[in-house]
Amino acid sequence: MEPFPGQFYMVKAGRGNDPLLRRAFSLFRRTSEGFQVMYRIKGRGTSLLREMKTEDTLEVLGPLGNGYPFPSDEQTPLVVAGGIGIASVFPFLHAHQGRAFVFYGARSGDEIFMLDELRGMGREIYISTDDGSLGTKGSIVDVLNNYLDSSRTDISRFILYACGPHPMLKAVSKVAASRGITAYISMEANMACGLGACLGCVVKTKTGYKRVCKEGPVFKSEEIVW
Amino acid sequence: MNLEVCIGKLRLKNPVMTASGAFGYGEEYAEFIDLNRLGAVVVKGLSLTPKEGNPAPRIVETPSGMLNAIGLQNIGIERFIKEKIPFLKQFNTSVIVNFFGDSIEEYAMAAERLSCVDGIDGLEMNISCPNKQAGWGIFGTDPKVTHEVVSAVRKKTNLTLIVKLSPNVTDIALMAKVAEDAGADAVSLINTITGMAIDIQTRKPRLANIKGGLSGPAIRPIAVRMVYEVKQAVKIPVIGLGGIMNADDAIEFIIAGAAAVAVGTANFVNPMATIEILDGIAEYMKTHRIEDIGSLTGTVAPCS
Repeated sequence: MEPFPGQFYMVKAGRGNDPLLRRAFSLFRRTSEGFQVMYRIKGRGTSLLREMKTEDTLEVLGPLGNGYPFPSDEQTPLVVAGGIGIASVFPFLHAHQGRAFVFYGARSGDEIFMLDELRGMGREIYISTDDGSLGTKGSIVDVLNNYLDSSRTDISRFILYACGPHPMLKAVSKVAASRGITAYISMEANMACGLGACLGCVVKTKTGYKRVCKEGPVFKSEEIVW
Repeated sequence: MNLEVCIGKLRLKNPVMTASGAFGYGEEYAEFIDLNRLGAVVVKGLSLTPKEGNPAPRIVETPSGMLNAIGLQNIGIERFIKEKIPFLKQFNTSVIVNFFGDSIEEYAMAAERLSCVDGIDGLEMNISCPNKQAGWGIFGTDPKVTHEVVSAVRKKTNLTLIVKLSPNVTDIALMAKVAEDAGADAVSLINTITGMAIDIQTRKPRLANIKGGLSGPAIRPIAVRMVYEVKQAVKIPVIGLGGIMNADDAIEFIIAGAAAVAVGTANFVNPMATIEILDGIAEYMKTHRIEDIGSLTGTVAPCS
């Protein structure tokens, strides 16, 4: 099945029962042979992935979930990524070459990835880092706000897309709400099955708990109860 | 080769069932496996009224297992009957409905309602939920309360009644006996074991509910021991579950005393787990020249 930007895969790291559960990774890039994911080495699952060699095989389920709805021709996408969240929006930017304004924040410059590719795909790229080692020092959401303040474009033409840590998504959601811009955000949660069965990965929405794996991972930000 | 097993009035085509809470209402897995091949589908636990469930995070992985505190989220019996039964009825497999209540009256009412629905073949009662009537504890840890709630349900249903036992007790064989005396047609065990995990950086519990139920291979030896103990104590069939990941694990439970097995957490890791387990059991029977799966149940050999 052809994956859609924003969808994810459940990957089994290692062979045995420990770690037990598959790990969810966003589609990062399609290749001629298949697809790529991007990951940060965070725990045992991702450490095991790093130990793998070329030609090793992995068990993978997917693509799963709902991706980013595409913008209309009249809309100008503003794409906000925090840290490893760049992986999820990357295929979206690829699908909309030259159209999106990209706001990409990370802890430091050495955690800003794929900059050359992003420059080729985005219309304009804004970078910020917590330590100021690359781009503006501070939060990427502040950069976004400044951009919106100084923009002469009709605000109703903008549409936001975001993936990153929870506090960043919350801040983006606030920006979207206060300025009346629609925002699609990709949520993250601990997952067991990725198929909608375990009800483990829910987020609270205005219409009750929803499964990140099935109704998400991309939600309209106004739906989420923060 | 005969894989058929009898649980109360139910004749299951084989001993592989799904564990409640790990298989949704069957739909999520229908695109991966042929539900017709399963001995039974046991659906996610239902209550008279819908339940929203617990706040997130609801699950966390632990060594060879996972803790969950879903909080019994479900769509309620009426919506289940209207929206899910038509789907499940298409398949030639037994449908067993897991249910629970906040009070003994609710259990009885739920059982009564479920017993007059075409497409439901059996009931499994979850007695591991909080006893809101008493204000403390769960139904399944006090033998007196267990007897009372199972008796109340028995009076309201002629369907095959399975009682799912909590492992969070001192003497599970006693609890099984209590369920049998109160009219259960079978017992299933074990439900999850209460556990907890803490993030040492923030000192916060990893689950919003603080405590959760441990499942997966981590609990298997405990479950096997309990099935073994219960098998000696009761005459009714025992359904074994707890960390079954493959056919070898399932066979271990059958040898320990299980007439049938249920597959839970394994479905999350491998959506084809149930079918692979079923094929593996048949393979084992062929290799060991076992004609009837029933003849393998409770055949633990002496040590010496």
